[in-house]
Amino acid sequence: MDILFYVFAAVAIGGAFGVVMARTPVGSLLFMVSALASLAGVYVLLEAHFIAAVQIIVYAGAIMVLFLFVIMLLNLGHRYRTDLRGGLFALLSFVLAGALAGILARHFSAQGAQLAVSASGAQAIDAALREHGAVGAIAQPLFTHYVVPFEITGILLLVAIVGALVLAKRRVS
Amino acid sequence: MITEAMILSAILFVIGTFGVLVRRNAIIMFLCIELQLNAVNLTLVAMSRLWGIDGQVFVFFVMTVAAAEAAVGLAIIISIFRHYETVNVDNFNLLKW
Repeated sequence: MDILFYVFAAVAIGGAFGVVMARTPVGSLLFMVSALASLAGVYVLLEAHFIAAVQIIVYAGAIMVLFLFVIMLLNLGHRYRTDLRGGLFALLSFVLAGALAGILARHFSAQGAQLAVSASGAQAIDAALREHGAVGAIAQPLFTHYVVPFEITGILLLVAIVGALVLAKRRVS
Repeated sequence: MITEAMILSAILFVIGTFGVLVRRNAIIMFLCIELQLNAVNLTLVAMSRLWGIDGQVFVFFVMTVAAAEAAVGLAIIISIFRHYETVNVDNFNLLKW
């Protein structure tokens, strides 16, 4: 179980580095798909089976294919060198990212010990999984407690469809 | 497992931040923002092991918003590309002081 987690984590981190460092946009995108797929594996290990399936279908499937369509539609070149910022700015952003990593590491090492002990939500989730199944466990709160945000999400998707059409449409004049 | 997942999500978030800062290609910057969203999703799923299934419901909503954001953002990128014939963000300096 733990060894699987470390394998998935290593693939996810490698894929994330690939996204930043790949020479072509398509290569970057394929690294992203590998990172997302291994994140789905991590979700399975964390007992979030429905989220893992949605991650594969919606993220690695639909959204990444949308990115791939746009990259191929725009027919971007392979000018990696002009794409990467160099010099002082790269150094500065490296320092900034390092500082962010340091803050997060200190925060998690302080909190980590007490997180591992008080796992009370795990029993509730396991009971819900046993009672309703993987889909029912998440559908139960989604359609009772969170039904208003759920409906608003539908409106948001409609707005996004209309907005994307209006923005990407070629103007006829 | 929860602590390790949180550390993994922190690493992914930092890599995504670094990517947004150092790449100039607008599509890859956008991909790195998606990576950051995924890191936050991993945090929510890991935290749902502590505080119940609500975290997974939030992940569901985050994914929906990410899909909408990707559709609108890519439409904006297409429209910018039609205007400037490039997606290099250094060329979009109309709003720069």
